[in-house]
Formats: sequence, C-alpha cells, structure tokens
Amino acid sequence: MAKTMFDKIWDAHEVAAGLIYVDVHLVHEVTSPQAFDGLRLEGRRVRRPDRTVATADHNVPTDGTPAARLIADGLSRKQVEALERNCEEFGIPIYSLGSERQGIVHVIGPELGLTQPGLTIVCGDSHTATHGAFGAVSMGIGTSEVEHVLATQCLVSKRPKTMRINYSGQLGTGVTAKDMILATIGRLGTGGMVGQAVEYAGETVRGLSMENRMTICNMTIEGGGRAGMIAPDETTFDWVEGRPGAPADFEAAVERWRALPSDEGANFDAEVEVDAASLSPMVTWGTTPGMVVEVTDSVPDPARLDSPVDREAAERALAYMALEPGTPMQRIALDRVFIGSCTNSRVQDLREAASVVDGRKVADSVRAMVVPGSAQVKAQAEEEGLDEVFRAAGFDWRSAGCSMCLGMNPDILQPGERCASTSNRNFEGRQGKGGRTHLVSPRMAAAAAIEGSFVDIRDWT
Amino acid sequence: MQAVDVIEGKVSVLDRADVDTDQIIPKQFLKRVERTGFGEFLFYDWIRDGEIELEANPILVTGRNFGCGSSREHAPWALQDFGFQAIVAPSFADIFYVNCTKIGLLPVIVDEETCRGVADAGAARIDLDDQTVDHAGGVVRFEIDEEVRHRLLHGLDDIGITLQRADAIDVFEASGRADSGPITTALG
Repeated sequence: MAKTMFDKIWDAHEVAAGLIYVDVHLVHEVTSPQAFDGLRLEGRRVRRPDRTVATADHNVPTDGTPAARLIADGLSRKQVEALERNCEEFGIPIYSLGSERQGIVHVIGPELGLTQPGLTIVCGDSHTATHGAFGAVSMGIGTSEVEHVLATQCLVSKRPKTMRINYSGQLGTGVTAKDMILATIGRLGTGGMVGQAVEYAGETVRGLSMENRMTICNMTIEGGGRAGMIAPDETTFDWVEGRPGAPADFEAAVERWRALPSDEGANFDAEVEVDAASLSPMVTWGTTPGMVVEVTDSVPDPARLDSPVDREAAERALAYMALEPGTPMQRIALDRVFIGSCTNSRVQDLREAASVVDGRKVADSVRAMVVPGSAQVKAQAEEEGLDEVFRAAGFDWRSAGCSMCLGMNPDILQPGERCASTSNRNFEGRQGKGGRTHLVSPRMAAAAAIEGSFVDIRDWT
Repeated sequence: MQAVDVIEGKVSVLDRADVDTDQIIPKQFLKRVERTGFGEFLFYDWIRDGEIELEANPILVTGRNFGCGSSREHAPWALQDFGFQAIVAPSFADIFYVNCTKIGLLPVIVDEETCRGVADAGAARIDLDDQTVDHAGGVVRFEIDEEVRHRLLHGLDDIGITLQRADAIDVFEASGRADSGPITTALG
C-alpha cells in the first residue's frame, strides 16, 4: 500500500504500539533541569547518552561572554551551569557557551550533521519541527517527556494525522520561504494544523535551499502542527555530506534515504494547495503569527470579521500593538530590528539580509541587531565579511543564541518598542514586556531597518 | 503523579482564544531549575496589569487553542500550582495537552457551547471515569484517549510503565533498527 513519508519513518521506529524509538535527542538548559532531577530522584540513568547532545542557547547573553560561569545574570548562570553539570554526570556531550559548536539547538543539529533523513528527533522545544526539513520526524516535547526520553530513548505518542501542503509556481522576486509559511498560517489559522504531521511539498519547495526549508518547517508549530517535514532530495544529501555526524557509508545512506519520500497515491488526511507564485512579502500586524497581511495591505478592521471570537481577539491585538485599522503597513514606524532566531539565523539568511543593507545605513530612529544562530554561522559570516557589511550599516553584530526571539537573556524590547523581527512569535510580551513584534523575512527586516518603517522589498530589487 | 478521578467545584473563566504559554507563564520565570512554585507567576503580566482576574478554583474554562506556542511544561506546572485541577476548552494545543496529562492536570475538550454553559453555571463536576462534565446546563460527555485516562485514573508514572517494557526496547536496539542514528559521542 502506498505510504506517506511520515508513516514510513513512524512505522520503522515503533518499538510497540504508541512507543516510538528516538534516534536523536537534543537538550538545552531551560526544559531539562527538572528532567535530570527526576532521573536522580528515581535513581535512573540516561539510556543512550550517545544519542543525546546538549547546548546552551535560550539563556545565554549574546555579547561574547565566553563561559557559563561569567554569565552576569545569576539565574541564567545557574541554569547553564546546571546543564553542564547534568551532562557531565550523565555522560552527554555538550556544546556550552564558549564552544565553537555552541548555538541555537535547531541550528547546530543540522550543522553537525546529526539531523538526517529518516530519523526521529525530539527536543524540549516547540520549534523542533525545524529538523523535519531533512525528511525526519521531529517533534517538540515537554519536560516530563524529556525525562522519559532520557530514561528510555522512547517517546509515548499516538500517531498524528497527516496533512500535505502543496506549493506550486515560482516565488516572485523578494518573496521568500518565510512569506510562504506566514501566508500559509494566515490562511489556515494558528490552530489549522493541530494534531497533524505536515508535509510541505510541490515544485516551489523542491526549489528551496535547506535553510529555506528549515524556515518553513520551523514555523509548523505556529499553525499548531505536531511535526513538519519535507522529502529529502539531492539538496538534502549535499547538505549532510561531509558533516561530522554524516553516516560513514554515505552512499548506502543515500540509497536508503531515496526510499523515504511519500509514495505516489499515498493518502493524507488533509491536502492544501497554495499558489506560491501569487504570494507577496508578508508582515504580521497582531499578536499571533496568523494575524498577517501582505506588505501592501493595511491593518485590518476587526469589525469586518464574522466570528465574535476572532473579532474580539483582533480588537485586543490592535490595542496591544497600538495600531489603528486602515493604517497602511508601510506607514508603521519601527524602533528595533532583530535578525536572528532558529527561524532565520543561518548563513544564507544573513547573506540575504546583508545584500539588502550593503552600502546603506540603518535609520537614525532604529536600533538594529544581527544574531547568528551558532558560533559556526558567526565564523562563516565573518569569513565572508558579512559582519563588516552589517557593522558599516549600523547594525549591532552579536554572538550566537536565541537572543531577542524570546527575551530570556539581556536582549529584550522595552515597553512600547516596536520591532521588525525575523523570529517566529509575535505573542504579547514575547520579546519583552509591552514590546510589539512584527514578523517578517530577513530581507524585509533588513530593508525596514534602513527605512525605519516597513517597505515592499520588491520595490528595492 | 496524583491520581485524577472526580474534580468538582467552582469555575474560573478566562474568555479568550489562542492563549499562548508565554502568557500563562512569562519567560523570566523559566530560569528556575525547580518544578514547583510557579503558581504565583501564573498569567503574571495579565494579572498584574489588571487585565484579568482569576480565582484559584478547581476548574478553569477558557477559549479554543489554549496553550499554543512554546512547549514549556512550566505552563501546566503554574496552572496546577495555582490551584487548577482541570481545564475545560473547545480545543488545546498538542504539546500543552500532552504536558497536562503527564502531571495530572486534566484537559477536557467540549464544544464551545458547553464551555459557555460551564462558565455561566459557575460550578461543575468532572468525572474522568465516566468522562462527563456535569453542570447546571446538563451532563456532557468528553473524549479522552483510553490509555491516558487509565494512567490518570491510577496516577501512574509514564516512565515506570515504559521501563516495564524495557525488553521490547532491548529487542528493538538489538535488531539493528536503531542503528541508523548518528553517535553524538563520536563527533570528534
């Protein structure tokens, strides 16, 4: 019978009904301390430290602080040091602050070649779907589940339903993977993918780089999806080849991986068609990623929404965002610009942003920062001179971490500040209490930094 | 985990859709390395800014897609520590729902109309064994996965259950089916 890629991988990892073997477990400092405590309390060991890897990302300052013990914030320091101690005690490899392999957990997995087609990957972080871009089943989990995976190398989970989103047509100039996923969530809603493992497919997706594919899969959770994935192909194999974690017999692995894509005629519980050629650069206006419009649009009028629940949510969002219905998006003035996060902090994202700012200056009214996703991304970008481009334009060039995506570290918005951000969430207070976040692509964020307000990047290219 | 059976009492109402875990427990409280004591930080900004008032009742009724966003289990920890034993909503975000079931905080999915009914009634009796929500407006049945229900009713430790099946994991690993994953300790 014809099978979906998801079902092939799921079936291959079923230890027993509802018990799934985990190939790679990624660990970070925020969602793991209580899990390690739980193990100690019960006298349990980590079953497969050799399938587990840790890094420090959420809490770390991005000012170049070279070691956990030097983190100024006491609570953050304690948490990162706890991770280091836990990893040492349980024999788990860790790339902590100061390591040349440190970085955002969803950036370093693919970078180290640990993320591969056909694997099951979990992490105590909702953006774990990122790894699905390689044709893996990757899911975000909570701390109790982290403890469960540490102890058993398995996850208790019901098989989700499957959804396929087919993108057709060529993206217009200046329109990116970020716009594809924002437009998709805008259409399906923030709960539109709940309970689903989502496969992104179609000619548009086939033409995307690995970085762009990761951007799309990364935001699956913003539509409520359990997992996001893209069939592996030559682009995928090229990425993995030669990386530290790549299989020793690479040719044999590629042969296996070629059998992963969904079979012709495989049945999905839901299918969605998106005309990618008709998409425009997108900007969020509200406090969920689904509250999004084309950059040429205006702030929507809640009064025009049919559902009372949606209307009320839109009214509250506009009050929080301090926006009036009917205001053209391009008239919204910005205070801050953030280029970074597990959605858009890979070297290609930085190249795209740099190509926009090259030779230009950040508007006087804007404070802009670029935060590479990992120490390796930072080194690569510096080798290419991207840091010079950003610095010359007036951007702050930082060290790797989650940074202002979630503001668990010194990088935060002040109350009332408005930010164009390449991250994934525009929730109330996400980037700092009272901060106002607009989600955009790296190019759009870069152009907004120069102009001091949103611009249609298509006018610049 | 404490066993869950019947949850009865007054209802607190949070009449909002898409409440995300960043609101339930803002990030600055995620730096704690303990599992307890999160209740006082529940809805920290909304409560301190006077946007909402919330009584510590056994039951919370709220809008669709509750608990969306981050996977932080700190959100259910905070709700439970605050005093809630059950959350009633038309739908939940997946990870949040699972996280609740791991700690004995009962997530109850009923339609929007029933949610309004429970909110209006101000009190309810939720019976996990019968899978019913009993309130002034009537008795409504809710669905929950049978294994999850069993585990909650008996307060069973998930890890303990899986470790009883350790033989199956041994067999799986010995079969070579787990061999395709990379060895993280051998990256050089």
